[in-house]
Amino acid sequence: MSMNNHDQHAHIHQGHHEEEHHHEEEHWLTKYFFSMDHKTISRQFLITAVVMAFIAMMMSILFRLQLAWPGEKFAIINYIMGDKWGKDGILEPGMYMALVTIHGTIMVFFVLTGGLSGTFSNLLIPYQIGARDMASGFMNMMSYWFFFLSSIVMLAGFFIETGPASGGWTVYPPLSALPQAMEGSKLGMTLWLVSMSLFIVSSLLGGLNYIVTILNLRTKGMSMTRLPLTIWAFFITAVLGVLSFPVLLSAALLLIFDRSFGTSFYLSDIYIGGQALEQTGGSPILYQHLFWFLGHPEVYIIILPALGITSEIISVNSRKPIFGYRAMIGSIMAIGFLSFIVWAHHMYITGMNPFLGSVFVFTTLLIAIPSAVKAFNYITTLWKGNIRYTPAMLFAIGLVSTFISGGLTGIILADSALDIQVHDTYFVVAHFHIVMGVSAILGMLAGVYHWYPKMFLRQMNKKLGYIHFWGTFISAYGVFFPMHFLGLAGVPRRYYNNSAFPMFDNLVDINVLITCFAILGALVQIVFLFNFFYSMFRGPKSEQNPWNANTLEWTTPMAHTHGNWPGALPIVYRWPYDYSKPGKPEDFVMQTVPLTEGEVDGGGH
Amino acid sequence: MIKFLVYVAIILAIFAIGYLVRVFELASSLKGNKPEEVTDNDNKFMSKVMLIALFALMAFTAWTLITYAPLMLPEAASEHGVEIDWLYRFNWAIIFLVFVLTQILLFYFASKYYGRKGNVATYIAHNNKIEMIWTVIPAIVLSIIIIFGLRAWNKITAPASENAIVIQIYGKQFDWTARYAGVDNKLGDSNYKLITDENALGMDSTSEAGFDDIIVKNEFHIPVNKEIEFKLNAREVIHSVYMPHFRAQMNCVPGMTTMLHFTPIITTAEMRKKQYVINQMADINSRREARGENAKEEFNYILLCNKICGNSHYNMQMTIVVDTEEDYKKWLASKKPYFGKKIVTNK
Repeated sequence: MSMNNHDQHAHIHQGHHEEEHHHEEEHWLTKYFFSMDHKTISRQFLITAVVMAFIAMMMSILFRLQLAWPGEKFAIINYIMGDKWGKDGILEPGMYMALVTIHGTIMVFFVLTGGLSGTFSNLLIPYQIGARDMASGFMNMMSYWFFFLSSIVMLAGFFIETGPASGGWTVYPPLSALPQAMEGSKLGMTLWLVSMSLFIVSSLLGGLNYIVTILNLRTKGMSMTRLPLTIWAFFITAVLGVLSFPVLLSAALLLIFDRSFGTSFYLSDIYIGGQALEQTGGSPILYQHLFWFLGHPEVYIIILPALGITSEIISVNSRKPIFGYRAMIGSIMAIGFLSFIVWAHHMYITGMNPFLGSVFVFTTLLIAIPSAVKAFNYITTLWKGNIRYTPAMLFAIGLVSTFISGGLTGIILADSALDIQVHDTYFVVAHFHIVMGVSAILGMLAGVYHWYPKMFLRQMNKKLGYIHFWGTFISAYGVFFPMHFLGLAGVPRRYYNNSAFPMFDNLVDINVLITCFAILGALVQIVFLFNFFYSMFRGPKSEQNPWNANTLEWTTPMAHTHGNWPGALPIVYRWPYDYSKPGKPEDFVMQTVPLTEGEVDGGGH
Repeated sequence: MIKFLVYVAIILAIFAIGYLVRVFELASSLKGNKPEEVTDNDNKFMSKVMLIALFALMAFTAWTLITYAPLMLPEAASEHGVEIDWLYRFNWAIIFLVFVLTQILLFYFASKYYGRKGNVATYIAHNNKIEMIWTVIPAIVLSIIIIFGLRAWNKITAPASENAIVIQIYGKQFDWTARYAGVDNKLGDSNYKLITDENALGMDSTSEAGFDDIIVKNEFHIPVNKEIEFKLNAREVIHSVYMPHFRAQMNCVPGMTTMLHFTPIITTAEMRKKQYVINQMADINSRREARGENAKEEFNYILLCNKICGNSHYNMQMTIVVDTEEDYKKWLASKKPYFGKKIVTNK
């Protein structure tokens, strides 16, 4: 009773509009599982993504073992894959393909799309724009559960007789359309398509919600040009997703029709399994157009949130405004727009009209301009800063390094004449892993370290964070830098082993080196997992604004209050990057601090 | 039992690390530090590590460049390949320069401006002039890259000349077949519905152009300094003809015919005499010997499949032999047309 009185007493002081939330104790099921609260949903996305990332990383270790030491027997492969797919500890070729396929699918969609956007858009959009929650909590909850369901369906492939999909993460037909072509094109492929359809529903529910929330629920004073760059990045990302994912859904549906109902959207003149198929008139290339119409915006759906997170973290920890705030917004928008007219650079050698190829060379290389602007702006933000090396800051700097390294090799692949030589080789694998995979993962981890206090109210261990960063950064370059050379030597990707070609025999050492770094990288992630789960329960409690940052999420108390702000919503008076502004008592000025007389907002002084 | 012990050991290790972390945290909080606050010492330490990282990255880059240089493909063996190689060198020069400059700036700034208590960062929000410079300069450089790239691309993809030698490459799970167009230099019609075990390409026995067509497997020959036009088909899934030595690649797509043409400029025999290739083959053969494979490998041009096509995708190859013109004619004369004696005449 006395507790109750005390509660009510506090309540009156805090204001009235919270009334509907406080009185009933939430059932544990709606609190931890079917919650509509953006903070809980964000944590659900993050933990699911961490689990999925760990699974996909383990897969990569298994196929890296095969690539470095083909034919060698590994007890661990037999232990995990059993006698069917890992007899005597040697990976079966079909399972190798399946591992490569599912590794890619999980990393691209489940970790770096669902996991990255799901975690940080959900956490930061309401917090940083000053909203009590997402526009639709229910849709948000549905978004997570569709994501969860699709993760389960995707992994279910490993528990069926014929194994999971194994046609590469792009699942090009006819290979993926013909069950006769390989084991992985049987039930496993159906599961892949069902899983992706569920995933797209999840992504659309989430994306629509993010857009509506950002446009409609900004607090008083939070104009679009006072939004932190994180929110700008999430906003454009959501727009890209909403515009492009439906196209993938249509591609998947047509593929389901071709597989199951005898249509011929993608099939024509095929002879397989001793018989000529009825289907004529379809085109496998149609699928590639549809797939990459999503697929290319998709890589920006992956990298933009990571870049947004990096912008924020670099600025906060350099104690300097982000350099060129408006140019950053402009380049996010330019990248977003251009990402829709570059898809066919994945298809230079499909027999597409060469003139069409030229157009895509032009648009693709244009993207390098806004990307270069972003990279230069990051570097200039560090210049004359007062850099505080939190683990998050290290990851953000690491992202800038890999984003540049990976982006530069993109110039080769964008150039159709050069792409002829390295298309579908390890050069491509190296390029996209560095620019998209590693960079986005580093950005995501930066976000985890930086906003961990907001998610779990505690701090992660700093020293373990340092070890984690340097271990990850070194092994990332160690794995993917030498891979370029494999590609330049002409080694195709998705080969079970290279020993059928004596001309590749001298490249064995490179593969061994890569696998060693991959194993090191995987071991270092255990440090992260430990830090992540340990700090959740035992980490030191965080202060309200541990990084002395300006944005609104740090104006709420360190507690998971429903509605985010116990009292009235904060009012915003300035842009989010007033760090080390001359004439201010401290080196940060929160967005809720009114402008003094004569003070210019948005970087002037 | 051993497995059980391993599990126990892992669990104990996790607990041990947990307690170790706890002890460190308690110790530092006893000293009055907030354990996760970044101190000046941390910043100073990271400042040094940043410089080491820069040095390590550059050293690693240099090491890979030097160590892997002898492992790359030999010089281009086709006419357009020479231009592609030149274009590569041109692009690499630009990329390498930008890579080194930006990484140096990034890590140097990260190292130089490490945080110190009492220090205040300089408040610089933007600078239109400098931003304009680094928008325009990349734009100019990229324009140059685009112009050179498209010039090469247009040349490479222009239609083949009339008298190019026509060869069909046919991909199926999991091998390649080459079909020569014969004396008339025209391929006979084929239809996937005519495919049988003997007639693997589904050749139409009523199509006169096909009467002199020659089919070969495993190895095909082409003459040096003659333009070759490849017509590519696939039986059931997408395959991709990849001939890395000629800097040539094109997908084979079921239901359509794709094309690719080039002029080889170095015969297999000439290539085997190049010092770079001799060294490379010596290295490869010594590795094979160490593995217990005694057969000496000789250099060969190879055609690989470069589009995932099923479980044996990794072993779908054909040897290409570039001959002098006489040798090529001799080789071709030794082959019999597929329809050979059983030519069916409808007239």
